[in-house]
Amino acid sequence: MVTEPAVTELLTRAWEIAASVPDPELPALTVADLGILREITLDSGRLVVSLTPTYSGCPALHDMRREVASRLAAAGFAGAEVRAMLSPPWSTDLITADGRRKLAEAGIAPPRSVNRAGGPVPLTLFAGGPPVACPQCGSADTERTAAFGSTACKDLRRCRACGEPFEHVKEI
Amino acid sequence: MGFDTAYEAITEENDASRWAYGTGFADPMAGVDTSVPAGIDGADLAAYCLMLGDDALVMSHRLQQWLARAPELEEETALANIALDLLGQARLLLSRAGAADGTGRTEDDYAFLRGEREFRNVRLAEVADADFAGLIARLLVFSTWRLALLARLARSADPVLAAVAARGVKELTYHRDYAAQWLIMLGDGTDYSRERAVAALSAVAPLVPELFERTAVEGRLVAARVAVDPAQLRDEVAAVIARVLTEATLDWPAAEGLAGVSGQSGGDGVHTEAMGFLLAELQSVARATPGATW
Repeated sequence: MVTEPAVTELLTRAWEIAASVPDPELPALTVADLGILREITLDSGRLVVSLTPTYSGCPALHDMRREVASRLAAAGFAGAEVRAMLSPPWSTDLITADGRRKLAEAGIAPPRSVNRAGGPVPLTLFAGGPPVACPQCGSADTERTAAFGSTACKDLRRCRACGEPFEHVKEI
Repeated sequence: MGFDTAYEAITEENDASRWAYGTGFADPMAGVDTSVPAGIDGADLAAYCLMLGDDALVMSHRLQQWLARAPELEEETALANIALDLLGQARLLLSRAGAADGTGRTEDDYAFLRGEREFRNVRLAEVADADFAGLIARLLVFSTWRLALLARLARSADPVLAAVAARGVKELTYHRDYAAQWLIMLGDGTDYSRERAVAALSAVAPLVPELFERTAVEGRLVAARVAVDPAQLRDEVAAVIARVLTEATLDWPAAEGLAGVSGQSGGDGVHTEAMGFLLAELQSVARATPGATW
């Protein structure tokens, strides 16, 4: 019989291990920083880890699932199951404060708050939305150069003050 | 490299390191509860998921055909990202179909081993684009319609469908904005770009009425609160497109809907001539080398 404090300790240890897995496309950040690691529970003595996909077609999720399972197995959690959690959908609002700081340190502008009210999704007819601060020099005098970037989650911008191009995590 | 054939080079066992994400594409539904809720007909739910999944798969394939042909690298990247989002939606929806109808068919079985008459996508998704303006006009209509549809499906009585739809809404918002911003640039641009945009709208208009027609499966699933009545989407889609056209200084052309065959169209498996060629390309490798993985 596993006692309650022992369960808590077990889950905490498992969380720390799973939370250390980096995102292959944003290696400065872990799955916990990004809010992709949603929960870890025990189901009939078996560890169940829930990860949530960022974009429907994100190829990195498969990689992260495998890496979480292999790190847990290496730490003695044999047979841990890693599940996809589809609901509620991932949002950039789930990126932690620590995650946002790491993004900026890696030269990637963090997403603004999504915080959308209900009703029909508004149409954006002119590019870019409110300006995003440059992660290099902090200037707000920036422009969007492309709506889609090297990965599904980013767009491309340029700073008019320091001249540097930079990536920005799109709000979803 | 020491391989006799290129195929051997990419299939060599135990070496997935040359691929960014390995070669195994696991079930996107792994660990998700895919049981069909009580009161919902599994076969109907599967048929509806195929309609939604085929729209995404076929549109994604058409977008992929633009890669290495786009006018600028940034547009190439955009089209690849949109194609990837739709492919991801297709994977989830086709997997949902296999779980719902109890056959256990996989996403690959549906994508690669069905014949043309078994595909349920609207004909708007399958037609070839004459030029970049043609793609933009088609993408604007497709993403506006699909966004309106998925926004309502996020409240579906099937929790898996609801979750896939809620995820898709966020992606389609970017697709629709992209197409809208480009149509404004083309319509309100040079004389030549405007000419191409006008021709593009004329080509896409006959394919629009089909988007709001209800199939028998949809009729039954609307009653079960699983599906959305496509006729309900008409006003929102018209309003969004009208706003874009106003900014683009373009008019929506008067056009008759493209006729079906004995009243049947894409949702019934009756397609245009373009569909056979599209599937021949999409399915050729899987059919030539059954069971191959890559």
